[in-house]
Amino acid sequence: MIEIIIGILLTFMIIGSIICLETKDLLSAIIAIVPVGYFSGIIFLLLGAPDIAITQMVVEVLSLIILIRATIRRDLTTIEEERDFFGLITTFAFIFVFFIFAMEALRYLPPFGSPAFTLNQNAPSNRYLLNGLKETGAANIVNSVILDYRGYDTLGEATILFTSILGALAILRVYARKRKKNE
Amino acid sequence: MIYYLCFVLFLIGLYGVTCKKNVVKIILGLWIMEYSVNLFLILLGYRKNGIAPILKKGDDIVEFAQKAVDPLPQAMVLTSIVIGLGVLALMVTVAIRLYQRYGTFDITEMKKLKG
Repeated sequence: MIEIIIGILLTFMIIGSIICLETKDLLSAIIAIVPVGYFSGIIFLLLGAPDIAITQMVVEVLSLIILIRATIRRDLTTIEEERDFFGLITTFAFIFVFFIFAMEALRYLPPFGSPAFTLNQNAPSNRYLLNGLKETGAANIVNSVILDYRGYDTLGEATILFTSILGALAILRVYARKRKKNE
Repeated sequence: MIYYLCFVLFLIGLYGVTCKKNVVKIILGLWIMEYSVNLFLILLGYRKNGIAPILKKGDDIVEFAQKAVDPLPQAMVLTSIVIGLGVLALMVTVAIRLYQRYGTFDITEMKKLKG
């Protein structure tokens, strides 16, 4: 049952992303990508991941603000999509070959509904589920993994966020450039 | 079956990155690819009739460990979503800078390398 519901939601996501990539107007394209993210949030809720669903909603709103900042008050927001024929054919051939190889690879995955950590008793996820409350004191096992067992990952995440904001500020600033021109 | 749909979503993002001329469309294609990869990792950790990995008062831990879904990919995807937002902000900044320099979002018009 849940497979059918997720399949329908994923079909909506595919339709939304095609609309997003094929519309001429940039503002409509950006607004068309937001439902895709919300559908993925609903799928996260169905799959038993409420933390990720909440994070996905918040990130969706923030990304909408950032992307609208890129397109608002720009004069030329529509571009005629005319690419040379040969390049398009090459790209589609490459995507088709990629699809064939992925079809072959996806057959080796465990089927949906029986994840890999249930097959192996020594998998780390089993340890987190059994000892998470005792060792860290967090009722939410996801929180105990993020902040205690794999705290260094979260530290790296904070570093990446800081670096990306620093990079954005360095690209957007204009003062140093202006001073050079005056000299 | 669901894995294949998820992969089709990834391929649509790949098509957007490789075939589009508009810089903002390329950024949206990368964003779609990120959705599909996050979704795929969560789908891999789902257990049939599984519950969220949050303990309630009075739950038996052994029974809970038999029913809960995988917490490890959820934690990693939580990190990945936030990193994706930072990367998106950086890409949009570069797009704004390119627009200021060339007056267009079309990547075939950006031919001057001189700053």
